[in-house]
Amino acid sequence: MWGTGRGADPLLLPPPAPSRYCGFLRDTYGDNVVAAVFTLSCGGGVRFEGQERWIRPENLWRPEVLRLRDVPVVALDLSGTPLNYNGLDNLVPLTRLQHLDLSGCPHLDDWALGRLHVFGDSLRELSVARCPRVTERGLATLHHLRELRRLDVAGVRVPSPGLVRILLEEMLPGCQVLGMDLGDGTGTDSPPPPGGEKPPA
Amino acid sequence: MQRVLRGPRGNWGVSGGCHLLAAPPLPNIPAELGSGLGRLGQALKDQLPTWGGGWGGWTPPGMPPGPRPPEEADVVVVGGGVVGWSVAYWLKVLEGQRHGMRVLVVERDPTYSRASTVLSVGGIRQQFSLPENIRMSRFSASFLRDINEHLGVPNEPPIDIQFQPSGYLFLATPQGAAGLEATVRLQREEGARVALLSPAQLKAKFPWMDTEDVAVASYGLEDEGWFDPWTLLNAFRRKAASLGVHSCAGDVRGFVTSAEDAMPRRGLAPATARIKYVHIHMPDSLEYQPVACAIVVNAAGAWAGELLRAAGLPGGLAEPPLPIQPRKRYVYSWHCPDGPGFSCPLLVDTTGAYFRRDGIAGNYLGGMSPPEEEEPDPGDLSVDHDFFQERVWPRLARRVPAFASLRPRGAWAGYYDHNAFDRNGVLGPHPKLENLFLAAGFSGHGLQHAPAAGRAVAELVVKGRYESLDLRRLGWRRLVEGEPLGEDGVV
Repeated sequence: MWGTGRGADPLLLPPPAPSRYCGFLRDTYGDNVVAAVFTLSCGGGVRFEGQERWIRPENLWRPEVLRLRDVPVVALDLSGTPLNYNGLDNLVPLTRLQHLDLSGCPHLDDWALGRLHVFGDSLRELSVARCPRVTERGLATLHHLRELRRLDVAGVRVPSPGLVRILLEEMLPGCQVLGMDLGDGTGTDSPPPPGGEKPPA
Repeated sequence: MQRVLRGPRGNWGVSGGCHLLAAPPLPNIPAELGSGLGRLGQALKDQLPTWGGGWGGWTPPGMPPGPRPPEEADVVVVGGGVVGWSVAYWLKVLEGQRHGMRVLVVERDPTYSRASTVLSVGGIRQQFSLPENIRMSRFSASFLRDINEHLGVPNEPPIDIQFQPSGYLFLATPQGAAGLEATVRLQREEGARVALLSPAQLKAKFPWMDTEDVAVASYGLEDEGWFDPWTLLNAFRRKAASLGVHSCAGDVRGFVTSAEDAMPRRGLAPATARIKYVHIHMPDSLEYQPVACAIVVNAAGAWAGELLRAAGLPGGLAEPPLPIQPRKRYVYSWHCPDGPGFSCPLLVDTTGAYFRRDGIAGNYLGGMSPPEEEEPDPGDLSVDHDFFQERVWPRLARRVPAFASLRPRGAWAGYYDHNAFDRNGVLGPHPKLENLFLAAGFSGHGLQHAPAAGRAVAELVVKGRYESLDLRRLGWRRLVEGEPLGEDGVV
């Protein structure tokens, strides 16, 4: 009786399809299209270099993504998607990613955060706010992200938020740490949406 | 009324017994009161301890606590540490048919006061020089990553091994630089993600380090770090017990082999034999239980060699002796307020001293393996604090100047199951005892290899060959033929 009754913790159920690896697209279209297709099929948003608009799954995105196949992806919004460790296979080859929003991803854990070191040269904004499985141990791996300027950790469950904030600021000197304040176990008000422009809901 | 339960492994069989037979009709009591009393009764029953079977938790004085060993078992796993329970778990996973084999895990010390597993620093790394070790670590890392899918028990909270993915950092002198770079090349070929850092890059990344006499360093970027060994051991135990593995407390001190039955040919010792019975001695008692068994797995860790010596095996069956001996290692804990920060990896110095961050409050754990001629006496687990003062601290303080002023907090000692032959695990069947399998001798990296070693031995037992990992080179043959498989990266 797996997954039924009182013990049906949704975090224990296997994540659905968006952990597939879209490798079959890689040879024909390249890494950026792989990441874009994966993100859009998860329900997230993509922004390419030189574009002001976010591409969302509600729009007709397939022809647009194909049109931009040689343009690097600079921003990904995967907030609230069921992204996990295996799904990151689709994203790690990106070389110019500057903005990554992973807030509210229920399956994102410390092991997955350990894979983000590949973006050390380019990533400037990262959000892991309200990810239930992220702890201070995963945050400690973010020291590879030397270019990071904004880090949103609101709602991340840590034993002592004030101390973890100080350690993060010490670890990433040029980076502004949002959302982890002294004397509050789960962070205060939600910060302004980081980076980019989101179309009105 | 009996229900047939179906699960992911097919038909689980009929769900038992008398408690599902239709209850007799309640006479004239309102329905809610009846069900309320039923719930109350169930709650009271749940409060009772489940130990001790029919005794309800109390055993007469003089009787050993806990379940007694059964009279027969299909597989007896000697040793209830993480390797032993991993073998038992994988045996149940691979057995193909629910309750297809009866597995018994025998643990001498249920308090685990001297077990290597729980006294371990808990690291996992892929930075080894032997390909088999790298592959075992990668298998174990992917196992631990999905630990709730493997070891999750329904209606229990999710398992959290508190994994800290901070990586291992190995420093090398100019003499050792070429060797380190070759090892990193091998690790990358096996799929591990390791970076090579120059002294300037080291200084930029870890400003608290003094990089004098460091030529190059290798830094594990993914799937390396440390975790809580107790949680892993308990997760294996709970899952294996839920799959039907039996366990008992006792000391295996004797084997009865088929050599006694065979006619001695002119006094020559038989070439091979099968173990027929295992004598499990009860703690603090003279009584022992002979357990008839088909297969024995020796997962006794540091005492794997001693088990075979003390087992009373006749003649040449115990030859060649298994060169696994307990080696005492100290782990020291200290507090340093200005020490390395959040990004601190598990640093292994050029001198062999190592340390890692322990939590976020400025505490650290560390130690060093002493040179061969200064091995401490493994008779007990008393700690030598002078070793820290004179050997470990100066070396660490030279590497991390902030450690010049620190406050020691405590220390403990544990055993490495040291393989004196080549410091690598021995996995596989015994050359002379046909139904004895060995999984021991990992010399300090047994915890991180336990999921992989357990799977390998279970595959050998159930299917007769290795399937997921080819570990034939780690078999007993190299001990017999005298060809060591060295491992350079023993910390």
